[in-house]
Amino acid sequence: MAMTIHVDIVSAEGAIHSGLATMVFATAEMGEVGIAPRHTAFISRLRPGDVRVQKENGEQEHFYVSGGMIEVQPMAVTVLADTAIRAQNLDEAAALEAKRKAEDALAGHAAEFEYAKAQAELADAIAQLRAIERMRKMKSS
Amino acid sequence: MAGAKEVRTKIASIKSTQKITKAMQMVAASKMRRAQERMSASKPYAEKMLGVISHLARATPEYRHSFMAVERARKRVGYIIVSSDRGLCGGLNSNLFRRLIVEIKEQKAAGVEPVFCTIGTKALAFFRRFGGKVLGQATHLGDKPHIESLIGTVKVMLDAFEAKEIDAIYVASNEFVNTMTQRPVIRQLVPLVPGEQATMPLHWDYIYEPDAKTVLDSLLTRYIEALVYQGVVENGACEQAARMVAMKSASDNAGELISELQLIYNKARQAAITQEISEIVSGAAAV
Repeated sequence: MAMTIHVDIVSAEGAIHSGLATMVFATAEMGEVGIAPRHTAFISRLRPGDVRVQKENGEQEHFYVSGGMIEVQPMAVTVLADTAIRAQNLDEAAALEAKRKAEDALAGHAAEFEYAKAQAELADAIAQLRAIERMRKMKSS
Repeated sequence: MAGAKEVRTKIASIKSTQKITKAMQMVAASKMRRAQERMSASKPYAEKMLGVISHLARATPEYRHSFMAVERARKRVGYIIVSSDRGLCGGLNSNLFRRLIVEIKEQKAAGVEPVFCTIGTKALAFFRRFGGKVLGQATHLGDKPHIESLIGTVKVMLDAFEAKEIDAIYVASNEFVNTMTQRPVIRQLVPLVPGEQATMPLHWDYIYEPDAKTVLDSLLTRYIEALVYQGVVENGACEQAARMVAMKSASDNAGELISELQLIYNKARQAAITQEISEIVSGAAAV
């Protein structure tokens, strides 16, 4: 039997792949790497690209990752895949967006008014039901 | 009998409310299952990451990332508050906010100023009333929250931490105990709370590409995001469970009320018929 290495590909939103492989290829920060069983411990960031897992029967499985990290131990490879496209300036923009939205919202732009109103009415009806129920219980006891 | 018609309209209106609450209960039940699946699906990522991080922390003691640094004196602390976007989920959000108010009072008594980041519209609405400095927010994550929509909010906090504007970051969210119970919890995110790791003697180190610092930096940011994301999906499951329970009790209450009103209505109707008959009989007798 060929030597194998355990491969786990996980993202924050769920596990993507788990199984044995004879070889794993990934696009690391400094270029493509091929990882065979008993590879020395290695860690790197991944560039957006393919992660190829070559299984025992010679089949290859492809997974696209938009970045992330790869951690290699002699008997295990862990790919921590990003689900979002990451870049310094994109993150920066997201942070600014979050700030701006907070300021906007606190300044009091009432969005989704219709929905809020309908929901308030329903909440009111439910509260009424509950109040009646409580009153009745008090009366009967 | 004048009452009969009014009782009938009342029954109709309660029935339509009951229809809504019942539908919401069933929707929440099916969404809850999926939310729970998402909750368990997000766990391996953070676990794997923690393994790598704790190893890296041992392997490169010369480089201490600021997130892992020892506690510094606290003047301001940041809270990331995870709430639901929608209401009608029992006391889920208000329990969390109540817990938070206690915490804020304690911090203020100790001379620490809290700042906030909110996730979900309910938390935002709360701080609009309650007051407090909100640095960033994310809302409308939907039933399938994506980590993408949290990056900004988390980064606002982490940046503030690195700029030494705040000295610790907490995340406040609901913990899913079971369908009936959700518990509000406040966990410390940064500085990272060192887990109880077995002190394993270290004879090896990674090959880093490009170097330990870069790798650790991006790992830590992702780890913290993953923790916040976990809080969000867990809170999502809590929301659905709480809504299911709240809507079930609302439907039950409505059902009881309807049966009672139905009784009143039947009595009123019977009284009206009896009255009519007696009128006819007495009329006939008079002729």
